[in-house]
Amino acid sequence: MSRVRFGIVVFPGTWSDRDCAHAVAQAGYEAVRLWHDDRSLDGVDCVILPGGFSYGDYLRAGAIAAHARIMTAVRSFAAAGGPVLGICNGFQVLCEAGLLPGALLRNRSLQFRCEWTHLRVEGCPTRFTAGLPADRPLRIPISHGEGRYHADPETIAGLEASGRVVLRYVDAGGAVCDAANPNGSLHGIAGVASAGGNVVGMMPHPERACELVLGSADGLGLFRAVAGAEREPVGPR
Amino acid sequence: MVRTALHTLGFDEVSDVRVGRYLAVTLAGGREHAAARVTAMCERLLCNGVIEDYRFSLRDEPAAGPGE
Repeated sequence: MSRVRFGIVVFPGTWSDRDCAHAVAQAGYEAVRLWHDDRSLDGVDCVILPGGFSYGDYLRAGAIAAHARIMTAVRSFAAAGGPVLGICNGFQVLCEAGLLPGALLRNRSLQFRCEWTHLRVEGCPTRFTAGLPADRPLRIPISHGEGRYHADPETIAGLEASGRVVLRYVDAGGAVCDAANPNGSLHGIAGVASAGGNVVGMMPHPERACELVLGSADGLGLFRAVAGAEREPVGPR
Repeated sequence: MVRTALHTLGFDEVSDVRVGRYLAVTLAGGREHAAARVTAMCERLLCNGVIEDYRFSLRDEPAAGPGE
């Protein structure tokens, strides 16, 4: 089996692509950069939309990137079941592109928040969260000004009922509480998945928690999960 | 929040403030298809229907004369 290749999309204003490439390398896989103006995904096995301020957050965070040329290929890749992970600005891009429901609003505090959070892995297994520990929260930091997850009540209810809320802000003991919600997201939602479980968006930065010297290596699990799923394909859920 | 600041400045008559986004888009050609095109622009890019709504009005720009 050939080595799993991660494609990391770079838009103007993206800044977490190097961190993501480092995390992929830490996990033992190969990372290649994909340019926003490309038409092809270069045959990668997994696509990552990293954090940053693509196109300077003009109009709305992620709104311009959602229509960049490479997104046509990303849409096709996702429609064919390919795994796509949107991190922070990448999550905003996926929502703006309609690949995930909802939107990310200005933080409840109106402040940029850069701090450690605890995340409970729950819901249906996805390409990025299958096999992650469910008995303890992951310790992964956030770094955003607009991360308050919002959708209409029917959409939220549908996500909850179908197990598509896959990461939720909790306290260190694993309990959902307002004090552990860093941005005012509805239901403490930190990450959601597509119906097929192959597209996942999350505001926290797993690539910033990829080795113990950084304070946590919990983020590596997401990169390993999708690589494992590549080697042993799973059927439709 | 803006209303509170206005009250602090003594503008007590302010009962409500709405902060929004104003976009001015200039189109080539006539009015014929403008409304349909602008609606499509709003639906596809300018407005995020999850969190925003929109309305627009059309205005004829005076044509620039030669040499201007």
